[in-house]
Amino acid sequence: MNKRTTNNKNGTVFVTQKNGIVKVMFSGNIAELDGGEVVAEIRKYSAKGAEQILLDTEKLGSWDSSVLLVVFEAVKSAKENNIECDISNLPENMQQLVHLALAVNRKPTRAGDGSYDVFETLGRITIDTVQKVTKVLAFIGDSFSAIGRFFAGRSITRSIDFYAALSDCGPKALGIISLISFLVGLILAFVGAVQLREFGAQIYVASLVTIGMCRIMGAIMVGIIMAGRTGSAYAATIGTMQVNEELDALQTMGLSRMDFLVLPRLLALVLAMPILTMLADFMGMLGGAFVGVFMLDIPYQEYWRFAVRAFKIGNFLVGIFHGICFGFIIALCGCYQGLNCGRNADSVGVATTKSVVSAVVYMIVATGIITVICQELGI
Amino acid sequence: MSEQVQINVENLTIGYGDFVLLKDADYQVNKGDIFIIMGGSGCGKSSMLRVLTGLVKPKKGKVIIGDTDITSASDSEIQQIREKSGILYQSGALFSSMTLAENIALPLQQYTDYSEKTIKELAGLKLSLVGLAGFDDFYPSEISGGMKKRAGLARALALDPEIVYFDEPSAGLDPISSKNLDDLIIELNRSLGTTIVVVTHELSSIFSIGNNSIFLDGAKKQITARGNPRELLKNPPNREVYEFLTRGGGNQYAEK
Ligand SMILES: Nc1ncnc2c1ncn2[C@@H]1O[C@H](COP(=O)(O)OP(=O)(O)O)[C@@H](O)[C@H]1O
Ligand SMILES: [Mg+2]
Repeated sequence: MNKRTTNNKNGTVFVTQKNGIVKVMFSGNIAELDGGEVVAEIRKYSAKGAEQILLDTEKLGSWDSSVLLVVFEAVKSAKENNIECDISNLPENMQQLVHLALAVNRKPTRAGDGSYDVFETLGRITIDTVQKVTKVLAFIGDSFSAIGRFFAGRSITRSIDFYAALSDCGPKALGIISLISFLVGLILAFVGAVQLREFGAQIYVASLVTIGMCRIMGAIMVGIIMAGRTGSAYAATIGTMQVNEELDALQTMGLSRMDFLVLPRLLALVLAMPILTMLADFMGMLGGAFVGVFMLDIPYQEYWRFAVRAFKIGNFLVGIFHGICFGFIIALCGCYQGLNCGRNADSVGVATTKSVVSAVVYMIVATGIITVICQELGI
Repeated sequence: MSEQVQINVENLTIGYGDFVLLKDADYQVNKGDIFIIMGGSGCGKSSMLRVLTGLVKPKKGKVIIGDTDITSASDSEIQQIREKSGILYQSGALFSSMTLAENIALPLQQYTDYSEKTIKELAGLKLSLVGLAGFDDFYPSEISGGMKKRAGLARALALDPEIVYFDEPSAGLDPISSKNLDDLIIELNRSLGTTIVVVTHELSSIFSIGNNSIFLDGAKKQITARGNPRELLKNPPNREVYEFLTRGGGNQYAEK
């Protein structure tokens, strides 16, 4: 005869096997029982040709789901191995719960179930990718044709939506943009100063900061802030409209989502970005001057003279151009992710994250492309 | 009474990707009917509505509204049909950045040549039809769930539609608001002759407003019953329908 005992705080479970009869005996008050071994034991015996499983709960006091689990597994393994298992002696409520748990209503199936082989998976991925790319290109095309409609005066864009978007990505963003660019200018100056001081050339901090901010850093900082602040808000707002079926309502009313949702946001951001970039350039230079004047003891006029000398209108315009491109990228990424959001709350979070990540990635890609082009053109 | 078919669904199969929700559905909705599409949660009722309104293409089959098959119609043809139909979504789907009056004005501005002043007055009229007189300048966030549904209904009625679709009108409403909405549906049907298609699993609504119905069985992926819901209760064609209409009184069915 085999015997195994598992002790719980105030109770015990015995599993014994004798003449083909597996007996599971519960006694005492059992709570939070770790029944893994007991269940393994029961399964082992029933697979080895036991004829009956006996569940004895006569001495069982209080119990919780962990006991129920052992009972449930015992009944299940009895069923699987076609052996007898009588549950009519269990406490009545436990019997009911076992019945509930065993009642199979429906075979669980869901979209995408089924096994695929390598080729099928590969094919699927290819088709999905092609569809996705087509969708993105169609979206970009649609947005430009919406812009065309707008300037031809045939758009249903509401001016009130445009002003709301503009006030959100313009005036309300000034504070954070000013602060961050001031700090970035400060950091640039500091990092530069340490190196330049070695050659006694700390005055060139002024040139470094001016060129750095105007050419690229101002636009990049504004881009990243606006992707996190405004692009994500676009995705979340439009995504929530999907969840609330507002997008369906728009479509069934025959109102273009492009005109109604995308265009006001896109135009507002593209208009605001160059202005914010200019502000960032200026604040960054101010941050550099702060370090130069107060920490490196460069006279203010001297600093300013070097800064102005380093300022090139070409650099400045390249920065602004970056800003405009980033405006398109952020607005399109935000709106695209929002419009393609799923239908539950979870997917709004996913869409928001995707909008920021994709916007940042495409901004970096765009910067690379613009830099190469400028190199070729000699700007 | 001669019955005119308004919506004719033939051989319809709907699903997403490889996943089939419903196979080979056939049914007709007559003009002036209050037609109920019932079935358990997740059996594809909302998806059916999206197919009927042309938002989602079915995998197979035809949906003929009037005499246009919307599964193969051009965008402009679908648009013409949509002008003649109104939809009340499960959550109301009001645009949260606009007042109630602006929400209702939107389809009017899009499809009619009324002056702004007339549009404003019409919006006010539609709001009073659904019992929201004077709420013109409220935003959706300022009113209760039941009121949102009523406002959504006002917007659905803006263009005097021939068909109005409802997705679970009583979901999330207390019994009184839900009863009031049912009464409103019946009144609209009587006074305007509007054909009404209601997706619901609310038994009290089904029995009090429906005069024709289909039952979608989510497990069998088929329509397993059709007809007047009160008749179906008297003569249930199968166990699932009986259980559904009696809130799960399945044991009695076996004895019947
Ligand atoms: N866009 C979609 N893509 C994939 N599956 C979907 C989509 N919409 C709904 N489903 C699935 O279809 C099933 C039926 O959904 P739905 O039509 O909303 O049911 P009901 O309205 O009857 O509760 C659900 O299992 C849901 O997960
Ligand atoms: Mg639904």
